[in-house]
Amino acid sequence: MPPASPPAAGFWRRALRHRSFVLGGTLVLLVVVAALVSLVWTPWPPYDIDIAAKLKPPSAAHWLGTDAFGRDIVSLLLVGARSTILVGVIAVGIGLTFGVCLGLIAAARKGWAGELILRMSDFTFAFPAVLSAIMLAAAIGPGMVTSIAAIGIFQIPIFVRVTRGSANQIWAREFVLAARGSGKGSFRITIEHVLPNIMPVLIVQATIQFALAILAEAALSYLGLGTQPPQPSWGRMLNDAQSLLFQAPSLAVYPGVAIAIAVLGLNLLGDGLRDLLDPRLARER
Amino acid sequence: MSIFILRRVLTLAATLLGASLIIFLVLDALPGNAAQMLMGADASPDAVRALTVKLGLDQPLVYRYLLWLKGLAVGDLGNSYVYGTPVAALIAERLALTIPLALLSMSITVVLALAAGIYTAANHNRIGDVGVMSLTQIGIALPNFWFAILLILLFSVKLQWLSAGGFAGWEDGIWEGIRSLLLPAISLALVQAAILARVTRSAVLEVLREDFVRTARAKGLSKREVLWQHVLRNAMIPVMTVMGLQFANLLAGTIVIENVFYLPGLGRLIFQSIANRDLIVVRNCVMLLAAMVVTVNFVVDVLYAFIDPRIKVHNL
Repeated sequence: MPPASPPAAGFWRRALRHRSFVLGGTLVLLVVVAALVSLVWTPWPPYDIDIAAKLKPPSAAHWLGTDAFGRDIVSLLLVGARSTILVGVIAVGIGLTFGVCLGLIAAARKGWAGELILRMSDFTFAFPAVLSAIMLAAAIGPGMVTSIAAIGIFQIPIFVRVTRGSANQIWAREFVLAARGSGKGSFRITIEHVLPNIMPVLIVQATIQFALAILAEAALSYLGLGTQPPQPSWGRMLNDAQSLLFQAPSLAVYPGVAIAIAVLGLNLLGDGLRDLLDPRLARER
Repeated sequence: MSIFILRRVLTLAATLLGASLIIFLVLDALPGNAAQMLMGADASPDAVRALTVKLGLDQPLVYRYLLWLKGLAVGDLGNSYVYGTPVAALIAERLALTIPLALLSMSITVVLALAAGIYTAANHNRIGDVGVMSLTQIGIALPNFWFAILLILLFSVKLQWLSAGGFAGWEDGIWEGIRSLLLPAISLALVQAAILARVTRSAVLEVLREDFVRTARAKGLSKREVLWQHVLRNAMIPVMTVMGLQFANLLAGTIVIENVFYLPGLGRLIFQSIANRDLIVVRNCVMLLAAMVVTVNFVVDVLYAFIDPRIKVHNL
């Protein structure tokens, strides 16, 4: 029988006492809630331009002030959370789906198929997300799709490596050898034994990759290659704020803090999950 | 040993070839007629036709690809679609900024990361360790371009010590040039240093747990002697690997930071060329960047084998 996963009740009890998990989880929840809330309500309509109210400092009406077009900063941040999460989820989703499949295949089939998959995924390391985004933007123009594609493509080889590494370890375990001895095919072994046992590693990796995806999306939006106006985006808000650094310096602070909160939260959450899901993975902190 | 290097070299060549193919396909096959895009939608078909022939775009794709490969081998990268000047000269002039920037930032990263990593490992689980680790935890969560903007806010807007952008050039003297690169290099370096510091710390901690360290201490060596004479050498291996792998991120970061500070380097050249639809420049720049990343990974791979001979045996 494969090793049992920790019982659910025990997991949550341990989790809520784990500092990193709680802190990280809270920050991530904050961002998710902001995005969800923005779907039904924002203090001001984020697309409304009101030049008369431009560059106002924080006040009771506009809690963080307004930008150069008179748009409310809080509303922009809330809606910006949406693009950030959307791009992150889809890009990591692409990486997970393709990466895990390819990694499982590479682990199940030793020999040239596995080697080929590994080599091709290593090849993708030559193209960091920014580089791929540049190429795609030059070819098909900038936009959310371009940034999702560029970031997603770069996620695949990372998941291939991690999946293959962990899957190989599972394949070497006795219960898998027993399953093979009893005549189970590779496919069934992969689905019934390997996949459930590498879940913890994949979950942790996905959390970390999500954080990296958010950073990449912010950089691409800042450069103008990602989410296009009028869709609000934290990265682009920073670009707009940069030209107004002398007049309204605080505009450059808020979107950056938002990004940092999201990424820090995911990193801490990933660290916590790593400690909780597989104590064998826990290393010296 | 020579078989190992030979295999690595072949992989390098294959990767470079593959990269060039992908870049060419995405930038030349995908977009459609470059001449049309350069001239705009209202241009007369005759004018577009003339430009197409002049730029050599009417030749079949395979022929253009092979022509480009041949050019890469001899250093002739063709002429810019927009300016007509040789691409190689354009790139070389921009590299005179990008490479010093990357090197400066890498030096700062290494110094900071090694210092922080060794300090925290030596003071494991004490206040110094916890404090520095919290800082690095925050450091890796910051977008480097935001950190750059904050630095500009502090040093240019509030303190007015350094300029907010632009490059003074090397003609006025090395110091003037470095002065303009200081803020960019620091903003690039700090986030990388946070990552590297964490790696250094775990590498040193791992080595500190080894038996030979306990033996050395039992022999009577002080903690400091053990650290400097035995531990560091062994800990450097994973650290160097990570540094090599970080090179790709360093390049990507350089592109972004150059845009933050309006530095006339390779990064800005790429973006201006995209805006101008000067795809031949984009294609060659991207190829250069990809080639740099792949080559550095290759060098790290081979270096690693020299330092740790076990790698050759296991990873042939």
